[in-house]
Amino acid sequence: MTGPVMVSARFGLGGRLFLLCTVLLFVLAAVVLLGLGAGSSGVDLREAWIALVGQGESIEQTIVRRIRLPRVILAGAVGATLALGGLVFQALLRNPLAEPYILGVSGGAAVGAICGMFLGLAPFPGVSLAAFGGSMVVLSLIILVAGGQVSFRQDSLLLGGVMMNAFCGAIIMFLLAISQSTQAQKVLFWLMGDLSMITADRLPLLLSVLPCFIIILALARPMNLLLLGAESASVLGINVRLISLLLLATTSFMVSIVVSLSGLVGFVGLVIPHIFRLILGSDHRLLIPACLLGGASYLIGCDLLARLLSVGGELPVGIITALIGAPLFVFLLWRSGP
Amino acid sequence: MSAVRIQGVGVKLGDTQVLRDLSLTVAQGEFFVVIGPNGSGKTTLLRLLASLLSAGSDGIEIFGRQLNDYSRRELARILALVPQQVHMDFPFSVRETVLMGRSPHLGLMSFERVADLALAAEAMEFTDVSHLADRRLDQLSGGERQRVIIARAICQQPRLILLDEPTAALDPAHQIKILDLLERLRQEQDVTVIMVSHDLNLAALYGDRLLLLCDGQLDHVGPPIEVLERTRLERVYGCTMSVEADPVNGFLRISPVPARYREQID
Repeated sequence: MTGPVMVSARFGLGGRLFLLCTVLLFVLAAVVLLGLGAGSSGVDLREAWIALVGQGESIEQTIVRRIRLPRVILAGAVGATLALGGLVFQALLRNPLAEPYILGVSGGAAVGAICGMFLGLAPFPGVSLAAFGGSMVVLSLIILVAGGQVSFRQDSLLLGGVMMNAFCGAIIMFLLAISQSTQAQKVLFWLMGDLSMITADRLPLLLSVLPCFIIILALARPMNLLLLGAESASVLGINVRLISLLLLATTSFMVSIVVSLSGLVGFVGLVIPHIFRLILGSDHRLLIPACLLGGASYLIGCDLLARLLSVGGELPVGIITALIGAPLFVFLLWRSGP
Repeated sequence: MSAVRIQGVGVKLGDTQVLRDLSLTVAQGEFFVVIGPNGSGKTTLLRLLASLLSAGSDGIEIFGRQLNDYSRRELARILALVPQQVHMDFPFSVRETVLMGRSPHLGLMSFERVADLALAAEAMEFTDVSHLADRRLDQLSGGERQRVIIARAICQQPRLILLDEPTAALDPAHQIKILDLLERLRQEQDVTVIMVSHDLNLAALYGDRLLLLCDGQLDHVGPPIEVLERTRLERVYGCTMSVEADPVNGFLRISPVPARYREQID
């Protein structure tokens, strides 16, 4: 694997970053346009473009603006957040298999969100904060289970996550069973990772993940040092405890926000960082922008696929990401074995 | 001014008293080697100086200032640690690794400037790893990796460098290469070197002064000829030792004596 390194020799970091962002922005623009143009009547890019920039008032253009655009924006934001969330957890736990969904952090957020919904809280801040609370509880439990140390054993961490996922799943089913709510069907669908229910008026909630992106971008270099282990990072001038806490809280918060909007979309945080590490190496100053743009493109693409594949009714995007991500997870686990 | 001044320091980890009532000073520009049996507190002392232990850092001065008064960042600008092993779960290239030494000198968001790149190139030149700059750390041999980590430490531009058994996994030629490098660093840049080592011969060859630890206590501190005395070593290590001067160069050669040769000595 000399690929990433060959590139680094020829361009400086700034040059590589520029090149990377240009390419990924181009990809993102293309996927967005496809996502806007694709519908039950096939793909119409010209219509999508006119709707996006012009003042067209046809039914088709209204659909693009009112229904598809919010959905594409949501998919992009969810994809970017989950990919970045995976990247941060992997750095913090020094484990390439760590991911919000696999660790059960998303599951905890879902439990919190459902509790919030059944209690009749407003989507924001009520349900989102309940989701954040749920994710933090799970995160603390996992860290406790894994030994409460900075150096986590890989197997105990993953086992803890599996246990958390099972437990959260049970709680969710229990809540649904006792709720007698007519919403149960809708909640179940939401749980599988569903982007179809978004409406434009709930999109501003997504703005709250932007500060999280900025905080994490600012911590890119300290994150590099965290990969060396807590002691080496300390000796190189990093306040490991402070940085880790900040990263954990920020990441859990933004993951909770997107979980409360889109349900459980798994494995994005595994697939995207893994691909970019192969191409770019381990420097987070490149990986963070790459995961943001690449994660957004990936989930918009997956959602597009979900829409194209579902002939009658809707296919939750979480099904697509799991179909892609779970085999990759197994492969990585197999390769990391003795 | 002394580089390190320790006064009456003790460290308790759990129920074990790892270091007790330790007092010593290390002069600036000194090559100081810490020796002692397993579990005598050598590594703990090093971690204490690098401020990696939460307990017991009262009573330690680094370049005339209380260790507790330094922020992590400030400390990283004057003190570098070369650990016994490095984590490579997420491997960086050699150049990236060495550049990390610039971290304590950089702002939060900023990239490395030309001057930082030049310093990294210089450090890689110094430790003879320039030709490996674009290789990944996990693809190197033990000796090469150790030189990369030392280059990273040099890149920090420290005034004090701590090393935890930097030569433990290396063959004799590589051992000498690493230690000659430290010697040069000390002579050319007046860097103070504190090294923990199990190798009494290397300690004798390179140390200006040695600290012999036994059960967390200072047994003796002084030049090699004083510390590496046969009866003292036999008492501390609990085995028969042979100590003699090299007939050509005069440095001390120390070796434990296995049972099969013991009768001949007696």
